[in-house]
Amino acid sequence: MLDDADDKPCALSRRGFLGGASAAGAALPLVAEAATKPRTGRSVAAPDARAPAQVTLRVNGTDHPLSLDTRTTLLDALREKVGLTGSKKGCDHGQCGACTVHVDGKRVLSCLTLAVMVADKPVTTIEGLARPDGRLHPMQQAFIDRDAFQCGYCTPGQIMSAIACINEGHAKTHSDIREYMSGNLCRCAAYPNIVAAVKQARDVKEG
Amino acid sequence: MRPFTYERAASVDALRARGGDAARDGMKTSRAFVAGGTTLFDLMKLDVMQPDAVIDINPLANDLGRIEVGGNGLRLGALVRMSEAADDPRINRDFPVLAQSLTLAASPQLRNMASLGGNVLQRTRCHYFRDTSWANCNKRNPGSGCAALEGMNRIHAVLGASDNCIATYPGDFAQALIALDAVVEVQGRSGKRTLAFEKLHRVPADTPRIETVLEPGDLITAFLIPTIPAARRSAYLKIRDRESYEFALASAAVALDIANGQVRDARIALGGVATKPWRAREAEKALIGKKLDEDAARRAGEIAFQGAAPRAHNAFKVALGRETVARALMHAAQMEI
Ligand SMILES: Cc1cc2nc3c(=O)[nH]c(=O)nc-3n(C[C@H](O)[C@H](O)[C@H](O)COP(=O)(O)OP(=O)(O)OC[C@H]3O[C@@H](n4cnc5c(N)ncnc54)[C@H](O)[C@@H]3O)c2cc1C
Ligand code: SF4
Ligand code: FES
Ligand code: FES
Repeated sequence: MLDDADDKPCALSRRGFLGGASAAGAALPLVAEAATKPRTGRSVAAPDARAPAQVTLRVNGTDHPLSLDTRTTLLDALREKVGLTGSKKGCDHGQCGACTVHVDGKRVLSCLTLAVMVADKPVTTIEGLARPDGRLHPMQQAFIDRDAFQCGYCTPGQIMSAIACINEGHAKTHSDIREYMSGNLCRCAAYPNIVAAVKQARDVKEG
Repeated sequence: MRPFTYERAASVDALRARGGDAARDGMKTSRAFVAGGTTLFDLMKLDVMQPDAVIDINPLANDLGRIEVGGNGLRLGALVRMSEAADDPRINRDFPVLAQSLTLAASPQLRNMASLGGNVLQRTRCHYFRDTSWANCNKRNPGSGCAALEGMNRIHAVLGASDNCIATYPGDFAQALIALDAVVEVQGRSGKRTLAFEKLHRVPADTPRIETVLEPGDLITAFLIPTIPAARRSAYLKIRDRESYEFALASAAVALDIANGQVRDARIALGGVATKPWRAREAEKALIGKKLDEDAARRAGEIAFQGAAPRAHNAFKVALGRETVARALMHAAQMEI
C-alpha cells in the first residue's frame, strides 16, 4: 500500500492523513514563514570557524556572559569558564550520566550539549540546589542519610537525575526508580542506597 | 573536535538551499543538522564526523515538535523528543510498540535530548567505525576494507550484510516504525515529499557509507503512522547484555490483528541483528490465518532468520533472535486490549 507512497504525496498531506483532526493551521506551517532570499553560502565570505561566540549562560539564576569556542560543551563551560566543578566528566560521550544537569527543568547530559545551544536557557547544576542559607535540598540530604555514595564522583549527576526522576513521575515504584535511574552509572555500585535515597526524598516531597 | 561554524535555522524554507548532508554521504560532510546532538557530537568528538558547519534545527520546534493524533493516524514531528513520545498516553494506548521502543532506548537524559528525526539517523556502534585508529572501515573510509569481518564481530549483523560492511543498525524506534508501515515526510531542496519509512535506510551492499536515500539538504520533518487494527496489539521486546541503558543484541517489534482466534494481520521487524531496520515479511505471511500458539510463534522466529549469515562471534544472535521473535509474538497475542 505504501510502496508507492512517494508517488502520491497528496494522499499523505497532513490534513488528509490525520483525518482533519487537531491540525492547527490549514497549510503545513513549515513554509509559512517568509524566507529571506536563499543564501548560497558561496557568495558570502566563509565564516571563521575559530571565531569565539558570545554566549550568556544562565546558571543557577546568575547570568554569565562568556566568549566561547563553538566547540565548548556545556560541561566544559560550567567547569572551566563558570568555575562550577560540581558537574563531573566521566566518559564525555553520553554513557555515564556524571555530567547530568537540568536545562529548562529537564535532565540532560552536559557533555553532549553545546554551550552555544543553551544560551539564554535556565541551567541548574548541583551547586544550585541548596538554599541560600545553606540548607540542603531534600535529595542531597537523602543521599547523606542513606549513605548513597562511596567515592562521590557520580553523586552530583545522580542527585540531578534523581530530582528529575521524581518530577517526571518516574519514581513511583522500586523498579521504576531502577529503570529511570539507569542513565547514571556508579562505579562504586552504591545502587541499593541510591534507590533508598530517591524513595526517601520522594516521600518527603509527598508527605 | 574540529572547528565548525554554528548557525541557528530560521525557517524550514531558509534551510532548503543550505541544508546538511551528513545523513547521506560518509562522515566528511560539509554541513550537518543538529537536533539533540547525541549522535552528532559524540561522533564529532571521536573525529568520525567532521562537518565544517553545524546547523541547529531546534528553533524550528514550533513546526517540527508536535505530536498530532487524528482519525487516520499519528503524526510525530521530527523534533519531538524521544521522552515526549515515550510518555504520551495516547501513543502508549494506541501504538504501544512505538512507546516501548523509545522507553527501552538509551537513558532518560538522552531521551530528553534526542529527537525522533535524529534517532532514526543514528549511526552504528561498530567499534571499528567509532575508533579512527582503525584505518579499514568502508563506512568511514570508503574502499579501505572492513576490520570487523575478521575482527571482533559479536555485536554485528547476521542479516543484510555484505562483504563490505556488517555493521548493525543500532536503533530501536525504527523497528516500530517499519512494523506499522510508517511514512516519513522529508523537506528537500525541491520541496516536500513522503516515502515509506522502510525505504529510508539502505543495506550496505557496495556503498556502506551511504546509509539512507536522503539527498544532501534533506530535512526529515515528520513521521506519519497510520492507524491499523494491529497497532493496539503491538509490543517491543529488546534483549541486551544488561537489563537497561544498552543497545539491543536482538529485538523484535511485533503487531498482531487477531480475530476469532485467527491471525488476520501480523507485523514483525527485527533490531540488533540486521544492517538496517528489518521487516520479516515471510515470517509474517506464515502466521496469517493461523492460531497464534507457541508452535506458530517459533516457526515465525525460524523463518525470520532463514537467510542469516553469522560470523565468528555473532552466531548466537540467530538463536537469540528466533527466541526473541517467538516471545514477542506470544506476548502480543496474550495482550489484553
Ligand atoms: C550512551 C548512548 C546509548 C544509547 N542507547 C540507545 C539505545 O539503546 N537505543 C537507541 O535507539 N538509541 C540509543 N542511543 C542513540 C540515541 O538514541 C541517538 O543518538 C539519538 O536518538 C539521536 O537523536 P539526536 O536528536 O540527538 O540526533 P543528532 O545527533 O542531533 O543527529 C543525528 C544525525 O541525524 C541528522 N539529523 C538530525 N535531525 C535531522 C532531521 N530532522 N532531518 C535530517 N537529518 C537530521 C544529523 O545531521 C546527524 O547526522 C544511545 C546513545 C548514546 C550516546
Ligand atoms: S562493519 Fe561496517 S562500520 Fe564496521 S568496520 Fe566494517 S565497514 Fe566499518
Ligand atoms: S560525562 Fe556526560 S555522560 Fe559521561
Ligand atoms: S559513589 Fe563512586 S562512582 Fe558512585
